[in-house]
Amino acid sequence: MNELNSEQANDTQSPTRTVDVSSVLGEKNKDRGALASCIDIEHLNLYYAKDKQALIDINLTIPKQRVTAFIGPSGCGKSSLLRCFNRMNDLVDDCIIEGLVALDGNDIYQKSVDVADLRRRVGMVFQKPNPFPKSIYENVAYGLRIQGINSKRILDEAVEKSLKAAALWDEVKDRLNDSALGMSGGQQQRLVIARTIAVEPEVLLLDEPASALDPISTLKIEELINELKSDYTIVIVTHNMQQAARVSDYTAFMYMGNMVEFDATDTIFTIPREKQTEDYITGRYG
Amino acid sequence: MNSQAESHGQHISQQFNAELEDIKNHMLEMGGAVEKQVTEALLSITSADSGLASEVLVEENNIDALEIKIDEECNLILARRQPAASDLRLVLAIIKTVRDLERIGDESAKIARMAIKLTEEGDFPEGIIEFRHLGDRVARMVSMALDAFARYDASAALEIAQDDIIVDNEYGSAMRSLITYMMEDPRSISRMLNLLWALRALERIGDHAKNISEHVIYLVKGMDIRHAPLDNVAEEIARSD
Repeated sequence: MNELNSEQANDTQSPTRTVDVSSVLGEKNKDRGALASCIDIEHLNLYYAKDKQALIDINLTIPKQRVTAFIGPSGCGKSSLLRCFNRMNDLVDDCIIEGLVALDGNDIYQKSVDVADLRRRVGMVFQKPNPFPKSIYENVAYGLRIQGINSKRILDEAVEKSLKAAALWDEVKDRLNDSALGMSGGQQQRLVIARTIAVEPEVLLLDEPASALDPISTLKIEELINELKSDYTIVIVTHNMQQAARVSDYTAFMYMGNMVEFDATDTIFTIPREKQTEDYITGRYG
Repeated sequence: MNSQAESHGQHISQQFNAELEDIKNHMLEMGGAVEKQVTEALLSITSADSGLASEVLVEENNIDALEIKIDEECNLILARRQPAASDLRLVLAIIKTVRDLERIGDESAKIARMAIKLTEEGDFPEGIIEFRHLGDRVARMVSMALDAFARYDASAALEIAQDDIIVDNEYGSAMRSLITYMMEDPRSISRMLNLLWALRALERIGDHAKNISEHVIYLVKGMDIRHAPLDNVAEEIARSD
């Protein structure tokens, strides 16, 4: 453990890590040049209390319309980092954030930023499916109604489009007025994703989206992620390394608040650069 | 649980389906290229065509590149998808088959090199008939092994494994013929030795074709028949159908 800590101390002084497109293997070679940045994070520090630093000098670029996975042991800061992207940490008392988080080049922590609008652009799905105690239809239409859209035609179209995008339409199209709470866990989670994409966000943040689901529902969510990435930038936090390997294009390994390694998933899972990463993904950590 | 050609296309993840389909296709593509190498290497000797032999030597590099590419794809599938059961057997069978294909490519290049030497030494009518005979049989084994892989046909694969016994016998008798030629005309010894090397390469190609057919049986039936008597294998395959 001491050894890990000392390595990690060195790590904080390592140079800025950004997307290294040249190392991307195989069919992703076409990424070269096509890769744009969506979220830029520079020198990000996050404290939950004065002596409790959760994120230490994070530098990272989240590529646009790709799936980026954060992996790492519990408490390593991956959810804290994810929650910085739509300012969910604003809701935590005494939380201090330093550094830059920019969405499409604009600092999201500037005073002028409308947080409600930011959270529309950067949607979030949590570990436990949290549908509202309303009908399936109303769950998906909810965000649009809040925006003041009441035209039935527009809402109908949006609901159908979102449910189709979430690969749920065929299963629920005949019972849109049934309560969402009667659906299975996997369906509820896809409903929540449909609700999130109904307001046409740019980024989807998924915090352990499949950890409460059975293996088949998990695979359906993963397949959905694969389909959605052509339209959205997706960032997923997962405890399940294999899931990160299956769904993501890029993987970031975090340990004790540090970004240890960030690279193409192909590279991370075949020839990681850092020993800590290797130890974690091969089950030697701990 | 037997696996079938179409069973690798039914995952919830379309991406996984596509990746498995891709490595299988790439392997069969490599197989096609190797088959061509074998045929052309044979022809370069039987028709004393050193130009064709040189082409075989150039093409060898492409075969090597394909081996590396497919290995890398298999690595990524293992690392990212953790395939299980028939998927795992497919990836393992492909990794092994690709290695055998590459070795068949190497042996074909050896034959091509011998063709160049033999043409430099002038006419070589003796021994060619034996060479052609064995060569045709071995080339057929290679293409049948690849067919069996493409169709997931364990019974066809078993026939190829049985063919290898015939190849070994024919190799022995061809070698005896060449020795007879050498005894009859000691001036032909250098030529005959070159031809012997080429015959040896053919016999090795037969072994690799047999290996591929073993990988097919492993893929389809999950049986490792590498050191088992073939009669028992035939019974077991019949039982599990």
